[in-house]
Formats: sequence, structure tokens, C-alpha cells
Amino acid sequence: MTTAGWVELAILIAALAVTTPLLGAYMAKVYDPTLGRPRGDRVFSAIERPIYRICRIDPESEQRWSTYALSLLAFSLVSVLILYAQLRLQGHLLLNPDRYKGIEPKLSFNTAVSFLTNTNWQAYGDGVMSQLSQMTGLAFHNFVSAAAGAAVAVAFIRGLIRRTAGTLGNFWVDLIRTCVRILLPLAFVAAIVLMSQGVIDNFHGARPVTTVAGQTQTIPGGPLASQEAIKEGGQNGGGFFGTNSAHPFENPNGVSNLVEIWLMLAIPFAFTYTFGKMARNQKQGWVVFATMFALWLGMLLVIAPLEARGSPLLTIGGADQRTTSLQAGGNMEGKETRFGPVGCGYFAASTTSTSDGAVNCQHDSLTPIGGGTALVNMMYGEISPGGTGSGLFGMLIFALLAVFIAGLMVGRTPEFLGKKIQGPEMKLVVLYLLLPAILILGFAGAAMLVHSALNSRLNTGPHGLSEIVYAYTEAFNNNGSAFGGLTANTAWYDTTLGIVMLAGRFLPMIAVLAIGGSLGRKKVVPATAGTFPTATPLFGGLLFGVVIIVVGLTYFPVVALGPAVEHLAGHFGL
Amino acid sequence: MSVIPETSTIISPLPEPRPRPPKVRTKPGVSLFEPSIVRRAARDAMVKLNPRHQIRNPVMFVVLVGSVWTTVLFARDLGKATTSDSVFVALVAAWLWFTVLFANFAEAVAEGRGKAQADTLRKTRSQTVAHVRHADGTTTDVASTELTIGDLCVVGPGELIPGDGDVVEGIASVDESAITGESAPVIRESGGDRSAVTGGTRVLSDLIVVKISTRPGESFIDRMIALVEGASRQKTPNEIALNILLAGLTIIFLVAVVTLQPFAHYSDAAQSITVLVALLVCLIPTTIGALLSAIGIAGMDRLVQRNVLAMSGRAVEAAGDVSTLLLDKTGTITFGNRMASEFLPVGGCSEATLAEVVLLSSLADETPEGRSIVALAKDRYGLESRELPGAELIPFTAQTRMSGIEWEGRSIRKGAADSVRRWVGEKGGPLPEDLGPIVERIAMSGGTPLVVAEGNGILGVIHLKDTIKPGMVERFAEMRLMGIRTVMITGDNPLTAKAIADEAGVDDFLAEATPEDKMARIRAEQAGGNLVAMTGDGTNDAPALAQADVGVAMNTGTQAAKEAGNMVDLDSNPTKLLEIVEIGKQLLITRGSLTTFSIANDVAKYFAIIPAMFQNVFPPLKTLNIMKLDNPHSAILSAVIFNAIIIVLLIPIALRGVKFRPMGAAAVLRRNLLIYGAGGIVAPFVGIKLIDVVIAGLGVK
Repeated sequence: MTTAGWVELAILIAALAVTTPLLGAYMAKVYDPTLGRPRGDRVFSAIERPIYRICRIDPESEQRWSTYALSLLAFSLVSVLILYAQLRLQGHLLLNPDRYKGIEPKLSFNTAVSFLTNTNWQAYGDGVMSQLSQMTGLAFHNFVSAAAGAAVAVAFIRGLIRRTAGTLGNFWVDLIRTCVRILLPLAFVAAIVLMSQGVIDNFHGARPVTTVAGQTQTIPGGPLASQEAIKEGGQNGGGFFGTNSAHPFENPNGVSNLVEIWLMLAIPFAFTYTFGKMARNQKQGWVVFATMFALWLGMLLVIAPLEARGSPLLTIGGADQRTTSLQAGGNMEGKETRFGPVGCGYFAASTTSTSDGAVNCQHDSLTPIGGGTALVNMMYGEISPGGTGSGLFGMLIFALLAVFIAGLMVGRTPEFLGKKIQGPEMKLVVLYLLLPAILILGFAGAAMLVHSALNSRLNTGPHGLSEIVYAYTEAFNNNGSAFGGLTANTAWYDTTLGIVMLAGRFLPMIAVLAIGGSLGRKKVVPATAGTFPTATPLFGGLLFGVVIIVVGLTYFPVVALGPAVEHLAGHFGL
Repeated sequence: MSVIPETSTIISPLPEPRPRPPKVRTKPGVSLFEPSIVRRAARDAMVKLNPRHQIRNPVMFVVLVGSVWTTVLFARDLGKATTSDSVFVALVAAWLWFTVLFANFAEAVAEGRGKAQADTLRKTRSQTVAHVRHADGTTTDVASTELTIGDLCVVGPGELIPGDGDVVEGIASVDESAITGESAPVIRESGGDRSAVTGGTRVLSDLIVVKISTRPGESFIDRMIALVEGASRQKTPNEIALNILLAGLTIIFLVAVVTLQPFAHYSDAAQSITVLVALLVCLIPTTIGALLSAIGIAGMDRLVQRNVLAMSGRAVEAAGDVSTLLLDKTGTITFGNRMASEFLPVGGCSEATLAEVVLLSSLADETPEGRSIVALAKDRYGLESRELPGAELIPFTAQTRMSGIEWEGRSIRKGAADSVRRWVGEKGGPLPEDLGPIVERIAMSGGTPLVVAEGNGILGVIHLKDTIKPGMVERFAEMRLMGIRTVMITGDNPLTAKAIADEAGVDDFLAEATPEDKMARIRAEQAGGNLVAMTGDGTNDAPALAQADVGVAMNTGTQAAKEAGNMVDLDSNPTKLLEIVEIGKQLLITRGSLTTFSIANDVAKYFAIIPAMFQNVFPPLKTLNIMKLDNPHSAILSAVIFNAIIIVLLIPIALRGVKFRPMGAAAVLRRNLLIYGAGGIVAPFVGIKLIDVVIAGLGVK
């Protein structure tokens, strides 16, 4: 890795260190008014009040976990149907300068589900989506799907910290507040910053231009900066263009690259601070932060150096992969020279450890372990730091598991933040862990036996296996990045990935809300010297270990047959 | 304020309290691994193969299915497969059967001691004849099995008490060794808090009338048999939650192994069923699955060994969670009698003289206080007892509030300060100036001052105080370390209570407590999220015992108290509550530690089996064979064998419990994570390698 690479990493970490407490404290006030009046309350209230009035929402009323979950599901169902209709009908709608037609049913289903679930897997390519579809249909979901994740996380935190309470807050209020007070302002500022770096933002259609060399070329246009900001800020990842953040209009230079990486990490990391603040236990928040941070940084430091080093097979073949003044060096296949292997490595590690899924390089072309690391990042369940809210509740579910496995070791019924973790909670935690195993391994395993599914591969052998496993892993974990070799717009993949995205999004959320409801009803056991201490580095280490072991044990065989074999073969010959 | 000594009015019906060792004795009884128990357990292990028994434990049921399946495969392919493959399948099948049997054996050994004890108890439950007294005073003989609640039975010397009940007439000494193992007889009398008698115990002297309070078949001994035998054992809340987790992990691994086959097929490396079953069994948490019920049974058994009967496993678990202990002062924290702690001379009298006079004053005093004065004089001042021929004893009366002795012209008195002062004053003796402050100080500290005078001179003061049982201060410090608050309950005034509370080192006290106060305190603690444990014996303790999360009733107590509590201490030793808490914690720690160990083990097993499965197709995967196991068959077999043997090796830990030291949760966690977490990752690497060396040496290919 180059010095520039290390400096970029240092800047990124410093930015996160600054924004995590700032953003986290602000968000805590947004969700918990007892912590004080959040900034801009007057302005935001003025925006929210008419919305509440029109939607007939009583912002003071609260919901039980089941009502909260039903609200989430009802909202999702209605909004996904609207998006589906819009995609099917886009040919007849406004803001379609390039006259794109309505989208076929299976692709509309897949895309609508994909954006509803915050996955933003794009089975469609360029030249499909009208500007109206992008700006209203998809962008709407970019905001609300992130906000829905945040709402579930906040409801779960309330369950953890409330004493013998029946309710977890109000879904509609949490949803609207997240959009109005957190996502919109952040996206607004970020869009302007991105424009300053050269990200375009206009309503043009594609324009033919004559280049300096006298050739004609078609230059696309569109409202990019505004879309880009929420694409990263809400861990959505669905790019305006199929090439996503590798496109010079979406991500023009090294600075915009860093800004985009920071954007996808900012809110998920800040949520740990929000959690600490709401729980009145900042240390606990930092322990969760540290665990997420260690996972993110550790995986990042696997990918980036491996990409910078390049492929030993190419070296054997006589290729020069050294870094010189004339070439970036390392594994440059599928990468932009603007970013080089390190800038791409950082982006790949961050986009897979958040549920973002935007890409600035071709993940299919990463080194075997680099690609494997991106895959494992998602297998963790998007918890390092994961998506808006969903990262936090995912990690907290692992915390409950860690507390339960090791908590008995101090001789008490396991407790987390004073809440006893017992049978009903464990049932749901186990369900939460079972879902990815069943859906990812189940569908990927089935794909191994289906001819049409296998035909979509670009590569055979272990790499082909990785392509398929990657697709289901990103779909379940609502990531949306791709091992691009796979041709995904087929009946098999559009349908199965759509199902996996839906199940991977909503079933865990329902389980999380149910756990929150069950915990909320419990008494708080006062902490004593006999209490399992969870706000300590030891617990952070334990949590880290439990994540690695549980995920490792579930996916070890399939990772061994995919990326591991490929990597070892590269070094030792297949 | 005056503190009145009532030295002579206290008649203690109990033998003199002797200092108890801080730890409660364990019955010398049978060892866990007595050959007879082990033989019986080996037989029971086979009986437990019954699928109806196995299905209750989902983890081990999966292993059982795997054993049957691989055995069928072996039989099917016998002769068709290569010798090497047949031997491999046979060995895997055999070790899977061993895995199931070892699990059954662990459970059977845990039950063994209880079963032996139950057999002994059954013998005492022999049918007896009850003499039922009717309203007109006549009696008829009825078989004890025919008794109904409310029957009045007359029991004479040498007869067995026909059923559980309360003494309603008379007083008798009763031999309760059948249930407590304690040979010294106990007194049972009508009224008061010592009226409960247990069916199957024997009246030694005197005649009592017992009002039967339980139906035959539901008696204390019946319940005790069911408890020690484990027949009525139900899964406890934590055990249920843990079972859910284990079942969940089992399903996850089932999915991982079942879906591995299509991935393997894709890679042109489809696996045999035997190998997949072996992988599955190695991954699912068999170690903790096999030992879980043994741990629970052994926890109950440890209580039984200490003569405590827990009416439910839930109570034992709750004991581990207890965060507040309510302890009666008298009998639990202190001996319950005031004892002499020091002699304080006044008016220039020497300490030696005072000690000598004090000894004389008390030589004939048979009250506990008197005896404690003699003991102190002997221990600290090296004085000897001697005969006092012709001495005239002046007994304590409520009027004089003094006692004393007239001997060889010497006139000695000890008693309440104002009484002795008046006695000396009447004789014209002086009042030493330092007397007042000393008396005051003792009274303020919660003690009782006894002023001693001879002739017309006041010589000094005896400081009587409630003495804390030895070892209690340390125990309370340990409790605090474990995060448990101790609250002393006493009828004393707040001043006295505070003095004793400070000395004993309890965290809080409740003075001038009525049963209602006690109840209110329990409710308040529970409302604050605390789990409360307490002991009690009287009928008025019953509501509080029922309200507390852990209520330990004394066996000497009333039937009502025994019904209300969820544990009964047969030794009637209230200090044992501390022990019960430790056993509860140890039970949970053992479960948690072995779960952690079991899951951590899987890492090594993957490294043994995955390369073995695929290294023929993907030679580079040999790099993952970091243990350098000899060949694929020996690698898989070694993992299976390790998986089975570790169960046997851990049986002693499961039954005796993980070593428990009172310390803070953070320290316990760090220690156990290191031993069972890190140890759990490392141990199988070593174990599997060793087994591989052996079986490769035996030529398994």
C-alpha cells in the first residue's frame, strides 16, 4: 500500500471519529426528546406538522411492537406497489427525455423489491430507467427504506431501555422524523459537496457531442449529485448508471471517493453513539462502535493490501504489477485508474460492510481473497457497521447472543442493559440467525442444481460458485453490490433474489421488533458487582469473537469451496 | 433509656449453640463415581436409547438418527465397498453410537446417587398403623395410607409418625434421622414454630397428637423421593432458553451440511452420507447437549447432599440470580444469645480482680450468658473453675434484676446498672465516676452492660453483646463481591440493629421488623428488579417465604412455612442460604462454560474435516489441514472420536460443577472465557491430532 493510501485511511478514520459523536448525539435527540431539543427543531417541526395532519398521525401516540411491525409492513406493501406500477408505466410518464419504455414485469418486481428493501440490486442496465423513475420512484425508496431501518433500530433501543413498557414508539413518527431531520439535511449538504467535486446534476437527456479528436460521443445527463448523496448516505447503493460509482459523473476523483465512503459509514457508526446516548450508557455505545469498527477495519486491511499486491498468477505470467509513476500497480482488472487498487479496496470493504452496495470497481475482478472478504463482510449480516439502523440492531442481536452464551458464565441469568435474556428472546434470536443460513445457503445450494441458474455464470469452477453465493448473500443482506459476472436478469434470479431480498429484509425486522417488544415489557435488573459487564473491552472482544465464530461456522464450507480454493490455487497451483 | 438484662429468664430449649464452621458440611455419603452407581449408570445408558427418551434432547436425537443411518449404510454396503471404506463407515457408526451412549451415561451417573438415596427413603416409607382419635376421645387403628387431612393421630414412644402434620398436643423428642441423617433427636411441641413433624420419623419419648396435613402419597418423603430421583424434574427457564439455542444451532448446522452437498456436487466432489453425518455430528453442540441434563440433575443433587430440598429446579436457578438476601439476625447472623465480650474495671479495680469476682458470680449461673462469662474468664484470664461448697445462690428476679452469690462472707452481685447501683448505694458504697460513661457507651453500641459489685464497692462492668457467628463477616464480604446485598432483619431497636449490622458487615438492616415489614421490604426489593432470598420457620413467615423468589424453610419450622417456601433445609441452618446461592451460581456457570467450550470446539473440527472432504479434488485445500492429519479417513474419524471422548472427560466437571470462587462478575467472566472459550478453541486441535496419531498408527486409511 502507498503512503497516499495510508493518509486517505487516516483522514477517513479521523472524519468518522469526529462525526460519530456529533451526528449520533443529534440523532439521539431526534428520537428521544427527553435528551433535549434537537437543532433546528422549529424549522423541522413546521415541515412535519402538515405531514402529520394530512396523514392523520398523532405524533404523541405510541404503538405496541406488533402494531409497529404492521405499520412497517403496510407502508412497505403500499409503497412497493406504487413503485411497481410506476416502473411498468414509466413510458407514459413525465421526465423521460430519453423515451425509455415501461419495464417488463419480472424486472419491475425485482427492481421494486430491491429498492423497497434497501438492497438496490440492479438487475437492469443502463438505458432502462427514466429520470422520473430515478428521482421519484427510486429516490423515494432510497430515503424511506433507510428511514424504516432506522425506525426499527430506534424501536428496538426503546425496548432495551424502557421499563415494563408496552409500547416502542410510533413507526410513522420515527419514519418521518428520520427522513426530515436526518436524511434530507445530510443528503442536501452532501449533494452540494459532491457537485463541488464535479458530480453532475441536471435534467438533460443524453447529448451527442463532438470530442477533441473529432469523434462523436453520447454524453448522458441527469440529476446525479442529489441521487448520489442519498445513495451513499442511506446505504442504498443503486447508482444512476450501471457502472455505479466507477462512472466519472458519479464519482469523479479521489476526494469524492473518500466523501462517498464516509457518507456510507457515517450514519451507521453514528447510530452506536445514538444508542449509547439513549441508553444513558455511552460506554456501551462505544463498545458496540469498537466492535463494528474492528470488523470493518480488519476486513478493509485484508482487501486493500491484497488488491495493491496484485495477482501472483499474473506475476508468473510476466505482468508488471509494481506501483510506478506511470501505473497504479497491483490488481487493476476492473478498476478505475482514478482510484487505484487502494481507493477501490477501501470502497469495496466499506460498501460491503455497510449494506450500501455501491461499487467503484468490479467486485468480480477482485483478488480471490479480496472478493471473498467482500462476501464475508456481507455474511456477517451487515453489522460492521451495516445499514441505517439495521447495522445497529443486527449487532445488538449478536450482543444478545454473546450475552446469552457467555452470560451464564458469571452465574446469573444473562442480562443485557438490565434486561433478562430468556426463552422467548432466545427463540427470536435463533430465528434471526437461522434465516440467513436457510435462505442464502438454501437458495444458493438450489441454484447449483438448476441448469438455467448455472448458465448465468461468467466463470466456471470455484469463481462461478462465488458468483452465485455472492448474489444470494448480497440479496439477503440487502447490500446490492454484485459479482458482476452473473447475468441476473433471468426468470430464476429475478424471482428467487426478489424473494430472498424480501425475506431478508422483513423477517429479521419483525423478529427484532418482537424481541424489542418482549424486552420492553421486562423489569430492569439493577446492576451489581454480580452483573455481567457489557460495557467493557472484554465484552467487545467477546462480541467480536461470537460474530466471527457463528458466521464462520455457518459459511466455512462454502467459503472454502469458493474464494479459499481459488486463492490457494493461485498460490499453490490447482 | 435503660437496657434491662434478663439473664435468668431466658430458657433456651435448644442445646447450647456451638460455633458452626462457616461452610456447611457435605454428607460423607457416597461418591459420585461409586462402582455400584457407575455399573447401574452403564445399564441405564442402554435403556435410555429408547427414542421416546432421546427425542426430548434434540441435539442427541440427531446423533441417534446419524448412528442408525450410518449403521444401515455399513450393513448395506458390506462386501460391496472396499475394505478401507467399510472399516471407516463401521468405525464412524460405532463412535456415533458411543457418543449417544456417553451422553446417556452422563445423565445416568448424575441420577445415580439420587436413585440410591431414593431407594433408602422408600424403605422408611413402610406402612404404619395410625391411631386416629375421634371427637369422643376413642381411637381406632387405621393404615397410614388411609389417613385423610385433618385426622388426629396419637403417636406414642417408639412409634413411627404416620404422616406429615403439626403437633397439636404434647411435646416429644423425635428421631428425624430418616430424612435428615442427623442422629440427635429434636424436640417437637404443640403451638409455636416447632410443631411440624414428618411422616416416617420416630417418636422417642412422650406422647403427642398430630393433626395430619397432607394426603398419603403427597407426603414430604414422597416428594423427597421424587426430587432426589429426578422424576419430577422439569426444565428450568435458563435450561429451556439454552435448549432453544442448541436446537437452533443444530438446525443451522443441518442446513450448512445439507446444502454443502450441492456445493460439493458442483465442485465434482460429492460426499458420502457417512462423511456428511460425521461432519454434522461434529458441528452440532453435542458436548453441551449431552451434558445439559446431567448438569441440572447434579445441581439439585449438590443441594440434596447439603440436606436442602429444592421443590423445583427453578428455585435453584433463581438462587443464582438472587441480588438481595434477607437474613434474620438471630440464629443466622448472631448466635441469638448475648455473650460476654469483655470485662471493664471501674474505680481503680484491677482487671484481674474483676475477672476473678466475675467468675465467682457466674460459676453457678447456668444461663447461656452466665456460661459465656465463665468461658471468657477462663479463656482470656486463665482462671480455673472451682467448687464453691456452701455457697448461697441469689437467683435473678424481675424485682431485684440482679443475681449473685453469698460465699464465705463474700457478697457478690451482678445485674442491671441501676439495680446494682441502688444495692451498693444502700450499703453506703461509693459510685465510681467512670461507671456512668462505660455503661452508657455499651448501651449505645447495642450491647448490654452488667454491673458487678462486691460488698459495697462496684468493681466493673461485663459487656454482653450479641455475638456474630464466626466466618459471617467474611461470607458477607464474599456476597458483596458477587454483587449480592445482605439485609439483616431484627426485632431490635434501630440503634442496636445498626451496631450489629456494622459489625457483621451487612449492607442494610431492618430494625423493629414485624412480619408485615418483612413482606413490604421483599415487595419493595422486587419492584426494584431485585430477586430476594430469605429463610424462615414460623407460620408468620409463610407469606414472606411465598413472596420471596427463593424461600428456604427450616425443617424445624411449621408446616405452613414448609409449604410456602420453595426449599426446605433439613438441617434447619439458616446460614445455609449463602451456600444455596453459591450452588445456584455454580449451576449456571457450569452450563455457560460448557456451552462456550462446546461451540468453541467447532473451529478445530472444521479444520480437520473440510480439507479431508475436498483435498482429493482441490489439493490446495491441504493447506487448511493445519493439524497435518494423516489421511482423510483418519482426520474425520479423529474428529468424531474426539467429539465422543470429550463428553466422558467432561462428566466430572458437569457433575461436580465448575470451580466456583466468590468474586466479581468481571473477574469470573475473564477467567472462564480464558479457560472455556480460548481453551475450547485450542483443546480439540491438540486432542484431534493425538487421536489421529494413534489411529493412523493403527493403520486406518
